[in-house]
Amino acid sequence: MNEQNVNAVGRKDLIDIESLRLEELQFILDKTPLFKDIMRRKTKKVPVLKGKHVLTLFYEPSTRTRSSFEIAAKRLSADVTNFTVSTSSVVKGETVVDTISTLQSLQVDFIIVRHAAAGIANLIAKHSPASVINAGDGYHAHPTQALLDAYTIVERCGTVAGKRVIIVGDILHSRVARSTSMILRKLGAKVAVLGPGPLIPDERHDDIVALKSFDEAFQWEPDVIYLLRIQLERQKDQFFPSLHEYHHLYGVTNERLDHIRQKGIWIMHPGPVNRGVELVDDVMHYEKCLINEQVENGIAARMSVLYWLQLGSMKREDAIPS
Amino acid sequence: MSDGMIDGVTELLSATELEAALRDMALAILKRHPERKLAFVGIRKRGGPLAQRMRQILQETRQDIVLGEMDITFHRDDLHNLEAMMDLGRSKMEIPDLDERCVILFDDVLFTGRTIRAAIDELLDFGRPPKIELAVLVDRGHRELPIQPDYCGLVYETRPGEYIQVALKEEDGHDGVYLHQKKGTRVR
Repeated sequence: MNEQNVNAVGRKDLIDIESLRLEELQFILDKTPLFKDIMRRKTKKVPVLKGKHVLTLFYEPSTRTRSSFEIAAKRLSADVTNFTVSTSSVVKGETVVDTISTLQSLQVDFIIVRHAAAGIANLIAKHSPASVINAGDGYHAHPTQALLDAYTIVERCGTVAGKRVIIVGDILHSRVARSTSMILRKLGAKVAVLGPGPLIPDERHDDIVALKSFDEAFQWEPDVIYLLRIQLERQKDQFFPSLHEYHHLYGVTNERLDHIRQKGIWIMHPGPVNRGVELVDDVMHYEKCLINEQVENGIAARMSVLYWLQLGSMKREDAIPS
Repeated sequence: MSDGMIDGVTELLSATELEAALRDMALAILKRHPERKLAFVGIRKRGGPLAQRMRQILQETRQDIVLGEMDITFHRDDLHNLEAMMDLGRSKMEIPDLDERCVILFDDVLFTGRTIRAAIDELLDFGRPPKIELAVLVDRGHRELPIQPDYCGLVYETRPGEYIQVALKEEDGHDGVYLHQKKGTRVR
């Protein structure tokens, strides 16, 4: 086993991309295709997490991410319990930490948490011996989305290093934009952002270029255009005049799709898409549209994360002298 | 390998003897399966090259043998073995008619039999071959499971403090089988 490998595991939780070292990211990404292979087998299940218990704790609705984690855990033979907000005592005013101590008696090994407030995943991780995976906390982070996005680019382009990626949409309120741009930059990509002025954060890393229009975006010669989902419920805050206007300025229209096709640019989106807002219908049939692959890769990347955290817990147990 | 201090190394098979052992095994396979459809599946890492070589030896008489390679990490029974779990590798099993082929598993050294148990479980995730057999270059004894080889190049029962190293051109740059003895082990 080489030196780089030894340092690639050992962590208890996955809270954000920022705190991960390059060899940790690399380990998760390198193993992801091995987990993707499992889905092609006659028996789509391996016993590496047999006897382990995964709890999903979602304070925000999300069918896709929760199902993706659930499938990932089940394909590794873990047991899964879904703790949903509406049926829990959260509605009775129980605090997050109280919930955790209650859940502790269930002896779970992994907790997958989504919450509207930034920092909740970290708070739970500090109060629980279980491995915690952040499945989205406020505007802060969504690390497994970032990993699946990076893996999707690696799979199609061979590498992330040197690739040019434009993220389009509400950058300010997007944990996806934050985590995905972070992982892409760590892996050596060039990142640019495009969106309505009020939705582009003033404080950005110096190496993130802010573009003004789709014309500028095309001149920047991207390899990938990453469209963010417009949160329709946020429309009331009036960050842009109308959805029609948004589509006209920042959506992939038929005309822009022609240019994208001609240049062979990949299209990504974390889903679910708002047709007619971020993109027109035809984008979904474009041969370089990776949106469905992102969904499939999401399961594989999450399996890889669970495996990586399991190795981390094995390593920490080894370190305790018996 | 990290079996501690190495005192002595003895060559058990030279490159020429290794090649001869493989040829003997090839003949035995032909004799037992003159017509049956075969798949040679190597267990990562040194079973892969062994399966490949065996097919090469047989290519003049049998052109229809297909190859596969498996990593057995997912099915290990020592899931606390961090080093082994980190070394997770890829199984390459693109054998569409697996359910019609007699599969011969290849590994370099047979010891406790636990790797082979895991390999059988891994194989069955891909299908249900009508027959599974086992070919190993060296059988070093000390089985912990009821598993025996069908084809074997060399039987050498090791003693405590001894282990077998198989070197193959593809992985190690040269061919040979060696007996390593830790300090304090009596030489036979």
